[in-house]
Amino acid sequence: MPATSLTLDQIWNWLEEVIDPEIPVISVVDLGIVRELNWCEDQGEPKLIVTITPTYSGCPATAVIKEDIVTALRDRGITNVQIETQLAPAWTTDWLSEQGKRRLRDYGIAPPQRFHRQPVSGSSQSCCSESYAESEASIECPRCGSKNARMVSQFGSTPCKAFYVCDACLEPFDYFKCH
Amino acid sequence: MKKWGMGNADCGMNSDFTLRDPHSAFPISFFDYLLRLGDSCLILSQRLGEWCGRGPALEEDLALTNVALDLNGQAQLWLEYASQIEGEGRTEDQLAFLRDAPEFRNLLLVEQANGDFAMTIARQFYFDLWHSLLLQELLNSSDQRICAISEKALKEVQYHLRRSAGWVTRLGDGTEESHARMQRAADDLWQFTGELFEIDAVDEAMVQEKIGPDPRTLRIPWMDRVKSTFTEATLAWPDAGWMQRGGKCGIHTERLGYLLAEMQFLQRAYPGAQW
Repeated sequence: MPATSLTLDQIWNWLEEVIDPEIPVISVVDLGIVRELNWCEDQGEPKLIVTITPTYSGCPATAVIKEDIVTALRDRGITNVQIETQLAPAWTTDWLSEQGKRRLRDYGIAPPQRFHRQPVSGSSQSCCSESYAESEASIECPRCGSKNARMVSQFGSTPCKAFYVCDACLEPFDYFKCH
Repeated sequence: MKKWGMGNADCGMNSDFTLRDPHSAFPISFFDYLLRLGDSCLILSQRLGEWCGRGPALEEDLALTNVALDLNGQAQLWLEYASQIEGEGRTEDQLAFLRDAPEFRNLLLVEQANGDFAMTIARQFYFDLWHSLLLQELLNSSDQRICAISEKALKEVQYHLRRSAGWVTRLGDGTEESHARMQRAADDLWQFTGELFEIDAVDEAMVQEKIGPDPRTLRIPWMDRVKSTFTEATLAWPDAGWMQRGGKCGIHTERLGYLLAEMQFLQRAYPGAQW
């Protein structure tokens, strides 16, 4: 069957199976990294353009994710694939799917919990005012559900996470930071 | 006190290595500007990486290197753009690993040695605050790619600032020992902060094209936040003395050479080696 007769929905479903290399319970689609799929013509052959938005600038998982996407598509018979990296709009944890958040929690990682809106871009004072800092003081423990948790470290095992400990069940846990 | 923003800092360094467009000096300035953005991120990232495995606590070891990782990613984005503007086939990796000290355009502040933890934190706080103010302005750049990189980087840098400002307060308003060290670090690095707000011909060209802000405009919001943080941290305002300059146009302190020797060793010893 020629590649172009595949619906994009089908391909989205396949990409749902491409798992984040550092958080192996959530897919690159759940994470909101894959932004767009488009077919185009490449010297008479159909070519699939996969547009992705990287999470953190230096996140080493990004390179692996690109390879994993190409491999997953090749395994399904789509060999002519181009990965386009799109920086703007910048990736945000608001793009995490509800399913993704649920999976994170089940895995023991507290999903991002936003309390305040980001400042409007261009307002020059906002980024440096104290009030900008999100109130991330009452993060819900993914194990016992208590909000009696405190931050131990602003950074956890990967750039996207912070490290917390729950004062109710005493378990430490990773928190996927708002970004 | 030495005046800030003393007009063109002509450091006598011609950018012989940059591209030459017979019709305009603009691409040279633009290339230089992108190098400045990228090099400050790259060099600070390398410095922070030196803490790997030596942090005062495991959490801080992770934090220092995660900040390094963010800055490294940002450096890559800026230098990739710089390499395209230069258009001579040098990749971002070649820009990072095959230029010598006088070709680097980073701020003097970021190449200073790690020292103790307080010194690393003071350097980070001064830089993060300036960096976040600059990126905020670059969101309005006439260059769309600069806007896009800045939007991405700003999110990361705001988080860095929360951490470094928090540590300045904790150390300053901590024990007698931590207070003394934080004060010394704040004082020692102060001489490298003047350069952050100086304007030269490259900056002027960017202002003219609405690509970047006049660096002098960042000074007041920077000072305000330093003041409020130092007040909270019970730190005295650093003595104003001679302000060092030169990094933006390639005149560096001797520390940069040692840093590059380590960072560039592999590519110098085994040219073209691939990961």
